[in-house]
Amino acid sequence: MHLILFLFFGGICVAGAVNLLVQRHPINSALSLVVVMASLAGEYLLLGAEFVAAIQVIVYAGAIMVLFIFTIMLLNAGEEVRSKGSRVAAMLGVPGVMIAGVLIAWILLRHSNTAAVSMFALPGDPRAIARLLFRDFLLPFEVTSVLILIAIMGAVVLASKPEAVARPSAAEPAQREVRELVASGRER
Amino acid sequence: MAIPLSAYLILSGILFTCGVLGFLIKRNIITIFMSIELMLNGVNLSFVAFAAQWHSLSGQIFVFFVMVVAAAEAAVGLAIIIAVYRTRETLNVDQVNLLKL
Repeated sequence: MHLILFLFFGGICVAGAVNLLVQRHPINSALSLVVVMASLAGEYLLLGAEFVAAIQVIVYAGAIMVLFIFTIMLLNAGEEVRSKGSRVAAMLGVPGVMIAGVLIAWILLRHSNTAAVSMFALPGDPRAIARLLFRDFLLPFEVTSVLILIAIMGAVVLASKPEAVARPSAAEPAQREVRELVASGRER
Repeated sequence: MAIPLSAYLILSGILFTCGVLGFLIKRNIITIFMSIELMLNGVNLSFVAFAAQWHSLSGQIFVFFVMVVAAAEAAVGLAIIIAVYRTRETLNVDQVNLLKL
């Protein structure tokens, strides 16, 4: 039963990841990434990490991917075009990454510890996670809130209109030129 | 029957290499960003598998932190993508070759 579930979720996972690479339209890639994340949540459940599985679905497949899909729709991203750079990258990248993947698998199998992970090996229920998070990892947890705050401010500053951030200062020629370029770009 | 730990690690390795491959061959900047998320997911799986192997919940805490960092990174990165698109009107990384906005 465990093996069947593992193979089922793992197969969906790998199929979604390959589909992400094959699809040319970003929205299709985003949706296959949602599939990957949902099936990874299934794998987490098999390992007993209930809280992580729930967070995976809510934060990753929910929040982050909605952000991605919003951006794709906002920027009206179309199909990507094949270019010279992409052909070179595919020619060099595919064999190189294949070799790297085979190497990783070979090393893992060679030094494989046959110690088996049983189903629901480690119950990661919210109570145990919270006890660890708010006691042993309290300082990293609080530092994380600062990180989130900085990320919010950075996102707001970066995504706002350019002239709202860059106040017209002592008119440097280069700066003025950039601003004119931006303005002409927007008119187009 | 139980699954050996290396099966989970190989699955996570496959996901990671798929992410690396997407990072290399994709030309759309948003898809490249999604490949990075795929790599982070692969690493998360190995964290959870090791946590189950060693009977230590710290691995799951680390997954939690990785997710927080990924969320922050997605917010900032997508804001940068929007800023780049506003000035260059393209999402193709071949045409985005200057750091200057």
